[in-house]
Amino acid sequence: MVLIAPLGFLGDYQLFRLTLIATYALALLGLNLVMGFGGQISLGHGAFYASGAYTTAILMTSAGVPYWATLPCAGAAGAALGFLVGWPALRLRGHYLALITLALATAIPQALKCKALEPWTGGVQGVIIDKPGAPFGLPLSPDGWLYLLALAITAVAFTLVANLLRGRIGRAIVAVRDHTLAAEAMGVHVARLKTRTFALSAALTALAGSLGALETEFVSPDSFTVFLSITLFVGSVVGGVASIGGAVAGAVFIVMVPPLANSVSRAAPGAVYGVILIACLYLMPSGIAGLLRRAAASSWWRKRKRGGEHVA
Amino acid sequence: MSEAKPPLLEARDVAVRFGGVLALGGVSFVAGHGEICGLIGPNGSGKTTLFNCISNICRCSAGEIRFEGRRISGAPRHRMAPMGIGRTFQNLALFPTLTVADNILVGAHHLGGAGFVAGMLQLKLGRREEERARARLDAVADLLDLRNSLAALVTTLPFAVGKRVELARALIGEPRLLLLDEPAGGLNHAEVNELALLLGAVRARFGLSILLVEHHMNLVMRVSDRVIAMEFGRKIADGTPAEVQREPAVIRAYLGAVT
Repeated sequence: MVLIAPLGFLGDYQLFRLTLIATYALALLGLNLVMGFGGQISLGHGAFYASGAYTTAILMTSAGVPYWATLPCAGAAGAALGFLVGWPALRLRGHYLALITLALATAIPQALKCKALEPWTGGVQGVIIDKPGAPFGLPLSPDGWLYLLALAITAVAFTLVANLLRGRIGRAIVAVRDHTLAAEAMGVHVARLKTRTFALSAALTALAGSLGALETEFVSPDSFTVFLSITLFVGSVVGGVASIGGAVAGAVFIVMVPPLANSVSRAAPGAVYGVILIACLYLMPSGIAGLLRRAAASSWWRKRKRGGEHVA
Repeated sequence: MSEAKPPLLEARDVAVRFGGVLALGGVSFVAGHGEICGLIGPNGSGKTTLFNCISNICRCSAGEIRFEGRRISGAPRHRMAPMGIGRTFQNLALFPTLTVADNILVGAHHLGGAGFVAGMLQLKLGRREEERARARLDAVADLLDLRNSLAALVTTLPFAVGKRVELARALIGEPRLLLLDEPAGGLNHAEVNELALLLGAVRARFGLSILLVEHHMNLVMRVSDRVIAMEFGRKIADGTPAEVQREPAVIRAYLGAVT
């Protein structure tokens, strides 16, 4: 209810920013699954975000598919790309996944500019799409409707991932991160588990990319440079990798801090951003989510201690 | 004539070479159904290497190991638990960020089949599996006296309790053979006594066989039905604890040459 309330009083631009937060939260949920729970580093989730965005844009413009039907396609495309990248990369040890995903993130903008694909991707120009309006005659602006849509999809994805992490697969994912050999001895097929986790992660981020394309009404190779992957990485770390709540906190950081940095110094927003980033990492080494968790734990502990003294 | 039931575990001429070093020079032995079998030997005798071959941490250069008649040497490591072989590790190999309950439940991973989709959508298959696993968790936790620690993080536990968590994690997977790598390592006198009683109780309760590598001679002689002694990568004795203790080669290996 609290999350639907902004529809009533916020203007389209504010709603657009909230929609972006919901979208990035979904992208970071995918990234946190791999980094926080799987314990691996991906520097290339921007590529999956791009794959989702382009899937939606191309299906809408070249094939006339309605926007809502492109969303599952974008997820599937992300999963397929994630599987293809993860399948060989996850069999390697150490930081190879980070390197391979970084290579992917670097290659994607180039690939999208490829001449052979231009009829679909629009080359350097990119693809312009229309922002969908509210269906069923709902009294909402397109921005209002997209906010609702992004919010609903993100909420469902968070619920599904929370379910997953609570059960058999979630335990196995964390077990592999904590002690791979022991997890293997318990019968966990490590390579298969990692590949599937990575594919799911890529699918979530691609779905976010699809929503992102609808929001910005435009995709082009330059929207998905390595910098996007780094931004997602930063959001994941600042929010707190090992929690799904951290994805929301990281999304708020990604969307709010750059304009903030810009308002502090028009001349060097990058430097201000960097200072804020360093301050965040220094003050909250386990991310915003980690800080909140510690704060909650310490107040709980204080209460309990007081209660204990009371009994004594 | 029907074929005889194959032995539970059989090693045939297992040899392991690390570069030019022969760590294991053709060892054969058989462990029977329901037996507790102790593997002893001085440092460097090859007992740990043999143990690692059985648990597939280390590959045999020659020979083979069969479990219930099926060849297990060279099988992928994640296939061991589903085949019925559980294990514990020498120095705790628990999952530090999981609670005791979740650590133990990972041991039941191979008994389940609910994948990503079932997990995300909370399908009935996954829910039923989870209920069954939790029922087994309760049973194992009762037996190993872990009831009150289930919600704790494993990093907060004393070493001896951590060892029991590892044992519980192996037991919840319903193994027919349990491989224990120095279960008494790091335990004090009273804890070793408890462990001896516990191993007997575990075998009686679950009807499984146990193979343990152990330095603690007292424990091995007390709990084992059969003891295999090794030296310099070869088997030097194989029999009941009493027989092995009388064996001159074993006395020589432990006490030095008596001439």
